[in-house]
Amino acid sequence: MKAFAALFTAIDQSTKTTVKTAALAEYFRTAPDDDRLWTVALFSGRRPKRAVTTTQLREWAAERAGLPLWLLEESYPIVGDLAETIALILPPNEHTSDRPLSAWLGDLLNYPSLDIEARKVRILDAWNRLDATERFLFNKLITGGFRIGVSRKLMTRALAQATGQDEAAMALRLMGDWTPQTTTWQRLVAAPEPEEDDSRPYPFYLAYQLESAPQTLGPAQDWLAEWKWDGIRGQLILRGGAHHVWSRGEELMSDRFPELAAATDFLPEGLVFDGEIVAWDGRQPLPFNTLQQRIGRKSVPKKLLRDAPVVMLAYDLLEDGQDLRDTPLHARRARLETLLAGLPPEANIRPSPRIPFETWEDLAQTRNMARDHRAEGVMLKRLDAPYLAGRKKGDWWKWKLDPLCVDAVMIYAQQGHGRRANLFTDFTFAAWNGNELVPFTKAYSGLTDAEFAKITAWVRRNTLQRFGPVRQVKPELVFEIAFEGIQPSPRHKSGLSLRFPRMARWRHDKPAQEANTLDDLREMLALYG
Amino acid sequence: MSEPVLIFTDKGIYCPAGGFYIDPWRPVDRALITHGHADHSRWGHARYLSSDAAAPVIRHRLGEIAIETLPYGEARRIGDAQVSFHPAGHIPGSAQIRVEVGGEVWVVSGDYKVSPDGLCESFEPLRCHAFITECTFGLPVFNWAPQAKIAAQINAWWGANAAEGRPSLLGAYSLGKAQRLLALLDPAIGPILTHGAVENTNEVLRAQGYALPDTLRVTPDLDVKAHPGAMVIAPPSALGASWARRFRGAQVGMASGWMALRGVRRRRGADRGFVLSDHADWGELHSAIRGTGAEKIFATHGYTEIFARWLTAQGYDAQIVPTQFGGDEDTDGEAP
Repeated sequence: MKAFAALFTAIDQSTKTTVKTAALAEYFRTAPDDDRLWTVALFSGRRPKRAVTTTQLREWAAERAGLPLWLLEESYPIVGDLAETIALILPPNEHTSDRPLSAWLGDLLNYPSLDIEARKVRILDAWNRLDATERFLFNKLITGGFRIGVSRKLMTRALAQATGQDEAAMALRLMGDWTPQTTTWQRLVAAPEPEEDDSRPYPFYLAYQLESAPQTLGPAQDWLAEWKWDGIRGQLILRGGAHHVWSRGEELMSDRFPELAAATDFLPEGLVFDGEIVAWDGRQPLPFNTLQQRIGRKSVPKKLLRDAPVVMLAYDLLEDGQDLRDTPLHARRARLETLLAGLPPEANIRPSPRIPFETWEDLAQTRNMARDHRAEGVMLKRLDAPYLAGRKKGDWWKWKLDPLCVDAVMIYAQQGHGRRANLFTDFTFAAWNGNELVPFTKAYSGLTDAEFAKITAWVRRNTLQRFGPVRQVKPELVFEIAFEGIQPSPRHKSGLSLRFPRMARWRHDKPAQEANTLDDLREMLALYG
Repeated sequence: MSEPVLIFTDKGIYCPAGGFYIDPWRPVDRALITHGHADHSRWGHARYLSSDAAAPVIRHRLGEIAIETLPYGEARRIGDAQVSFHPAGHIPGSAQIRVEVGGEVWVVSGDYKVSPDGLCESFEPLRCHAFITECTFGLPVFNWAPQAKIAAQINAWWGANAAEGRPSLLGAYSLGKAQRLLALLDPAIGPILTHGAVENTNEVLRAQGYALPDTLRVTPDLDVKAHPGAMVIAPPSALGASWARRFRGAQVGMASGWMALRGVRRRRGADRGFVLSDHADWGELHSAIRGTGAEKIFATHGYTEIFARWLTAQGYDAQIVPTQFGGDEDTDGEAP
């Protein structure tokens, strides 16, 4: 764990990407195989199943520190991170340990076979052998959410540097269904030829938001336009007689969307589609909240399959017997349309239609009707571009509709976590219903650090009541809340919920009385829900 | 039961028997001042009283004021109260104020730190009936490492930057933290430059006899390129300002107790955070409170609610002092 802790410290102490990459590359050159394999796994979102609950961890830590649990609970929101809170309150370690990272992770993997008392003994022993930084990392490994300022891209670059391999090839090797138990450093990273893996997806190409007018992109005829669907981005892989569905977050979702298996009956092998999985009413997508019922469910009951059936709207073809990613989009697209033309509806895959347009002005007109098509805007893709990996500027743009907006009154505030610990950043907003303020959404983002600092000072002076970490504040500050969609929600007091709400700006100019009403929101629901 | 020795008013802590305030935040006739930091030592009082050691800085900051001073430990009668100043270990000249009325002793801690730092007068434990304690870092997550360890980290950082020919920019409050850092630096590594606000305070303290290493004031004429690998001590506010731009390629560090928290460290955007505070940590708060023998504890400046609740559970009669700032958990700057 010492080498890994030193790596973490080097990364954490720098704000510069080059320094972080160099530290990682050096670690990848020198660490033992199992440790570097685990490090790749951790930084690509693969971690051991959580073997103890955070409640147990809190209780054990408080007990070990000789403190009442409430004191740990009060400290947690101020520190902003549970793993760190625990690392800080524990007494100094009495021993040290030279065990490598992989050995500690091996322990964690073994926990499920132990009873809870035995797990506790091991964790207390670990806390007594690890120094403050190592302990923090150990706790992070247990509690999950291992985000410490290293993006997957940065890690891939460091791996490429350390091994002298091409970055894009490295990104591809790291995709797919592997864990440190199913592979080795040699096979995954170091071997000259990556292993055959029928389920391995390609790294997704991600679009940037178009911030300027589309005219800046050059002639309209160089571009393809499609609807920007509000679904789940996915890759459908047909290889070896089976189908595999991957999410953009690189989660294997094949079992979650059994409908997509139908494609194997209608299409040849050796195909990889990139597209959007949407709930489908036979004619057009259903609202996102219908699809939402399917997310997070490992198995799908029949009724749900009936009520919320999905299809893939395919917009790209990445493999057709061979890797097509270097082929220009117009050729990939033509092949895609040929393949999917004439498939019956029960194939559950259909091409995402092109939007015909002559001029950018035409397209701007069409874009305004996106909501009628259950889309959130338009995608623009350069016709002669290859399929790139990751988020790269230039060839793919999302040109979203302007968001919907309401002015709302802040009524509750809570401190943020991590970098935003000690700042009030998480707010609940309300709209007027007569003389009553009814909460209808929360929002956390959209303001600058300076604005959050101002609001934090205001919250401290204007707290009416505290409910644990939540403060009820004077209903005085008004914010413009921007959001992408609105849908009915019986679970909420307001009867509705928003999609992607965020604070567009702080309306210093508006008194609370002039904020929007619940009726205004209901009107929007009727229009756009 | 007679009136308490000290009461809490909207102007600050007041002693009815003596007719004076301690660190008041609104203008009063008579103010006893624990130390020169701006939230304790304010302008506009008719008469000031401080320790001998604190007075030069207070004068330097407040200009023409009517100030009397007392040596540490010397008692003075004011009305029916007897008052004396005792080292608080926070910054050079800082004091706790002991107030005795009719045999009952109350102590106002001001800001304090228990472990000696080698520069300022060491904290003196005082027996008392009631102790009004700050609790800026009154949470069990704050446990300071020994000063020598942090000093070694800072010097190692400076040395590594100097070896690359980069300046090291270290943000520190201009009164107290800046001088403590200066005393910890190893001048063999390279030259030490100071922001004007820091250097003005240095001059006052050097004249009093506090031992500080040689420093060079950063002025518009100073050619900073002639001092590659220098350590530069400046107030945090100067680090993000155009003032700091002259130090090309500089690494930026911050020294504060808040640097114990990763979230704060990252928010400040410094390259390095050094956990160095002039306030008592969790353990020191407890040893200080135990040392007073007091049963009545008032918590102020910091995580007052949580700290008072904890002390109550430990069997103390603990209460919260309302302050002008109302807010606890104020991390906008280390309460100076």
